[in-house]
Formats: sequence, structure tokens, C-alpha cells
Amino acid sequence: MAETTGKERILAAVRAALSDVTVDDPVLDSPIDWQYGQATAVEQVLALFIERVEDYKAVVLSAATAAEIPQLIADCLQQAQATTVVVPPGLEPAWTTTAELDGLRILRDDPPLDKLELDGVSAVITAAAVGMAETGTIALDHRADQGRRIISLLPDTHICIIRRDQICTDVPQATARLAAAIRDKQPITWISGPSATSDIELSRVEGVHGPRNLYVLIAP
Amino acid sequence: MSDNRDKEQGLGNESSAGAGGGAGAGLGVGTGTVASTHQRRTPAPPAGRLIDSPPFPAAAARLIGNQTLRANMRHATHTIRAKRAKVAAELPNWEQLRQAGAQIKDRLGRHLDYYLEQLEANLIANGAQVHWAADADEANRIIIELVKAQDVDEVVKIKSMVTQEIEMNEALEAAGIAAWETDLAELIVQLGHDRPSNILVPAIHRNRDEVREIFLREMKLYGKPAPEDLDNEPAHLAAAARAHLREKFLRAKVAISGANFCVADTGTLVIVESEGNGRMCLTLPDVLISVTGIEKLVPTVEDLEVMLQLLPRSSTGERMNPYTSMWTGVTPGDGPQEVHVVLLDNGRSRVLADPEGRAALRCIRCAACMHSCPVYERVGGHAYGSVYPGPIGAILSPQLRGINDAVDKSLPFASTLCGACAEVCPVKIPIPDILVHLRHRIVEEVKRKHLGLERFLMGVAGWAMARGRRFGRLGKLAGVARRLTGREYLRRLPGPAHNWTRARDLRMPPKQSFRSWWKKEHG
Repeated sequence: MAETTGKERILAAVRAALSDVTVDDPVLDSPIDWQYGQATAVEQVLALFIERVEDYKAVVLSAATAAEIPQLIADCLQQAQATTVVVPPGLEPAWTTTAELDGLRILRDDPPLDKLELDGVSAVITAAAVGMAETGTIALDHRADQGRRIISLLPDTHICIIRRDQICTDVPQATARLAAAIRDKQPITWISGPSATSDIELSRVEGVHGPRNLYVLIAP
Repeated sequence: MSDNRDKEQGLGNESSAGAGGGAGAGLGVGTGTVASTHQRRTPAPPAGRLIDSPPFPAAAARLIGNQTLRANMRHATHTIRAKRAKVAAELPNWEQLRQAGAQIKDRLGRHLDYYLEQLEANLIANGAQVHWAADADEANRIIIELVKAQDVDEVVKIKSMVTQEIEMNEALEAAGIAAWETDLAELIVQLGHDRPSNILVPAIHRNRDEVREIFLREMKLYGKPAPEDLDNEPAHLAAAARAHLREKFLRAKVAISGANFCVADTGTLVIVESEGNGRMCLTLPDVLISVTGIEKLVPTVEDLEVMLQLLPRSSTGERMNPYTSMWTGVTPGDGPQEVHVVLLDNGRSRVLADPEGRAALRCIRCAACMHSCPVYERVGGHAYGSVYPGPIGAILSPQLRGINDAVDKSLPFASTLCGACAEVCPVKIPIPDILVHLRHRIVEEVKRKHLGLERFLMGVAGWAMARGRRFGRLGKLAGVARRLTGREYLRRLPGPAHNWTRARDLRMPPKQSFRSWWKKEHG
């Protein structure tokens, strides 16, 4: 089966169907009345972000100084009853010092851990790329401080550290900030609260396959 | 426990209560020549094909009598309708967003050939392999070849409308490959030997007692059993699904997905989901095969800012769905290292060829039209005999499939034209206008083929109404008929005209006509 014929047939059918379209330039032919990449009118970006993330039953903590971060992380891990923790290769090493002192096993995903090994890990700590206040969303672009997609998926607890300057108003501003990473071919994951389903009688249940506990730690 | 469990859900196909082997007898799927002598790997769906479903009025008449179904549907549609209205109202620029969504999809549709070639070039540049499938059989053949090349006999699946449209699961089953649904609702449908009734919440017609019963009965036949003390609490039911599927995710070498959006200018695919089963499928296996209709493209990355606001608010009524995944070909060292994309036509170019009907291709599969529809609310999705039910199904399925079969000829009439769907559609598809347009196409076709009673009666009416005296005499005659029969309603018209009274009672003409009354009072 020559695949080019399938392509040619489909494109020929599409072109025949569009015989009424006479202007070749899509932009000239079909205008879009939308201003892309605009910040939306949100007054208290940080306060709204916290409110909206908490609305998804995620836990939000704020660090006043960078020095507080290791202790806050250790507190989250303790609350989640974590015993083993996976961290991406590029995560700030200082962040896990308190947890290490508490006797937790910290696994660096370098060399990459096997999926069965990761399935037995209780928590993951990652940085983030962008936060969206209006929707309470965190976006990962999976660079070195966030790691491979699998490490923030299999453990049941995800602790995500996001800087204040990474939090923007809404989806349009966030999409504009993420566009470069997408054009760099980075995979992207948007996370809005813990895994959830409403498939049974539309009653919301937190926690199906992804992490059932999500902690969002806001760093200065 | 519900007593109605197996009665009506499958449109006259008795849900096979016993699972496993032998349940697939008589299934003609895909090529229509599947012999089902082999031991099935997955639960058998109801026998028969959707396209052979009875016309909408017949199916609706049966389903409307199912009290459990109606109660489930009423609860579900009202809940989700209210949630959608609330989060849509939160955004002051919602109407501008809808306008932009419609314009983005129109730009895409009007220049589809250009964007398809752009997408293909970018996918290939990013290490993905691109396949083109003109119809369902071609798509299934490509997918089966790709799976077999991995030397595996099972795949995990993300919920996908397009794989249902091409009846992929049964084609894989016939090729000896088990396709495991991993979305909770799809799992309920698959284990329940059932068909989805909603594109967003496929098991919307099932309540928690029914789900519990299905899990207890079936999970043990296909993998990790449900806990014996499982109750009907949704959180516990979800936990049973988590445990059942985790085993399959970790084992799977190949995953199959659809796509919510394919970005032409970067070659990025986007999946929007809630549970994390999508992330599992997109991340754990070695090979990922994504099947997508050619209309699912958007021109640029920036267009996602519009779509990713419209879709979650319109579908689940959330500000944002829990997880959105984007991937651009192969990412070295992260996720599947072999990535395939199957671009499927399967009738879409035909829809595109009708300038009045093509707006149906803007659809982003949010299900808001269904949840707002008074007809869908009462009969449920199974009545539509189509993968896409509700108002969008009534305009999309007949156009995709070509308006040849009885069910497709009935679908454009499965609406009161109340317009609630068009009010909520995030990409402003003029559903009622397209319904009327399709009705017109169907009626024109009928008129061309048959002279017909209707045409004769219209001729008589035209003759009578052309002269006042003729009309007056007819009015008097009708009054005589009323007095003779002594009935207020006519329940069944004679002959072929009985079709008209099948769904309504005809009020008899009054004992005296307006003309006679006027003459008596003022004459």
C-alpha cells in the first residue's frame, strides 16, 4: 500500500470540496477578531491563583524567603506520609536537604529510573514553568528542573514549586509564555488540581490515575 | 440495585451478562466479514452495527419508557448544564472567545489542504510518522499493521471519539489484539458490554449501583478483580478502576489516542483530560499511535489560548480540566520513542463540500449541545444510533455517513429546533440552521423519487384555498365530520397519512367554522 496515494486522494477531495474558496491567503480570506497573548484584567494575581488552585482541593503554601523552602517541602512530604521521593536532575539541591535529614530516600532521575521502580515511589518534587491565576493551572515544560513526564505522573504525591514571577493572569498570557518551549519541541503538561473524575453520576472524585495529592509551593 | 439494568440500554441488543468467550457471535464489524470463532480478548459490545440502528423515532419511543435512564439523564444533564452556565458567565469576554473559536476553525476549514500539509511536514521534522486514511477500513488496517509490528497483542487507549467512529476496538479484536479503554466511563461501558451514550461522559446513563455491579462481575475476567467488599461510593469505584488499570498501563508497549487539537505550525498534538489515564498512555508505552480527523487542526500554537478556554468550560463546566498534555513528535529520552499520527478523512471532505453544512466541522466535541438539548435529555444518546449523539450528532453523523440509511435520514428531524444548542456551542455552529438545511436535502431527495401523497394533498389544499367559497364549503364539510364522529380528537388518520398521527393526536375541526360563526353573529 503506497501511502502517498492515500494522502493525494484526501488532499484532492479536500481541494475539490473547497472550490468556493477563491482567496489563497488564509489570513486575508478568514480574519480572526482576537487580540492574542493579552493579560486579562485580574487585580490580585497571586491571591486569585491561590484561591483557584485551592478550589481544586490542592494544598497551597507560600514561602516568604528561599530559605524556608526545604522545611516546607519536608512538611508536605510528612503530611503525605511519603517515604521515597524522586527529583528531576536539575532540581535545586538545597530544596531536599531537610527531607534528607528526616530520613527520606531521595532518588535523582539520573540515570533515568525504570517505570516499575517509579511506580513504587511515593512522591515527586518538581519546579514549574508557568502558573495561571484565572484557572488555577500550573504548566510544566519539562526542562531539567521539572524532569521527564513520567516522574510527575506515577508517584501519588506531587509537590510543585512555582516562583511568583512565573504566575500570570490567564490562559492567553500563559500560552504566549509557553510558545517558545513548544517551538523548542518540549512536551508540555498543564495541571489543574489533582487527578479527578466526574464519570459516575457526575460526582467529582479526586484521584484516579495521576497524583492524588497536589501541593503547590509558592517561592519568592 | 436497578432492575432495568439490561433492559433498554443497548437498543434491543441484550447485554450479554456472561462475559468472555463466545459473546461475540454474529458481530459484523469493520469489514463486515469478521468470523467470531476465536476466543474474545475484550468484553463483547452489543451485537450489530450502529448504522443499522432503527430510525430515531422508533428508538426514542422505546428508550423514553425507561425510567432509570430518564432519571439518570435528567440528573446528569441538569447538573452539567448549570456548571457550564456558571463558568461561562465568569469570563466577561466569553462571546468574543466564541467568535474567535468559530473564526479559527473556519480559517482552518477553508484552507484545510494547506494546513494538513504544514502539519505533516512539521510532524515528520519532529520525528513522527504520518499516515493518511481515507476511510475507517484504511485507518484500521494501518493501525493493526503498526501494532503487529511491535509483536504485541494488547494496547491501552485514551478515550477517543474518532476510534469509536471507525470501530477500531472491534477491528483490533478481530485481528487478535485487545484494546483496553482506560477512561473510567469508557471502562464502565466496555466492561458493561455496552455502547457510550454521551461523548463526554460515556456512561452518563449508568448510576453508581449499576457501575458497582459491572465492576464486581467483569473486572476479574479481564485482569485485577474489584475488591469483594466494593460498595457504590464513587471514590471507591474510582479506586477499583485505578488498581485494575495500573497493571495494564505498566505492561503496555503500545498506546492509542485521538487528539483534541493538532497544531499545524508546530506539529504539536494536544490531549485534554481529567483522570491522568491520558498522561499514562502518552508517557509510559514505547509506541504511541494517535488517530485524528483531518478537521481537528488549529493553525497556530497561539490559537490554543482560545480553544483551551472554550473547551473545558463548555464540556465539564470547569475553569480548566485537570490535565492537558502537548507533545511535538518524539522527545528524546521522554515518553514514547516511536510516534505515529493517522490523519483520517472518513467523510469529512464530503461535509466540507457543502458550504451550508460544513460549519459542523468546527465541532471541538465538548458535548454542551447535548447537555442543553431537551430531546437528548429525555431519550439519551443511544436513541441516535450514531457515535455522535444529540444535536451535533444529528447534523454531523448524516453528513459524515452520507444520508443513505434510515437512521441518518431520521436524525435531522430529531430536534424541536428550539435553538438551545446554538446558544451554548463554543464555536457557534448554527445547528438549527444546518438541521433545517439537511431536512430540506432529505425532502428534496424524497420528492425527486416519489410523487407522494403529501404532494397530492398539498395540491388539493392549494386548490381549496385559492377561492374563498371553496374554502368555506370545505370548512362546513369538516364541521359535519366532527358532528358525525362525535369525537374531539382523531387518533389515527387512515392509510399512509397515519404516519402523521403516530406521534400526535389531531384535534378534529370545530362543529362550526369561523365563517359560519361570523355570519351568524354579524351577518
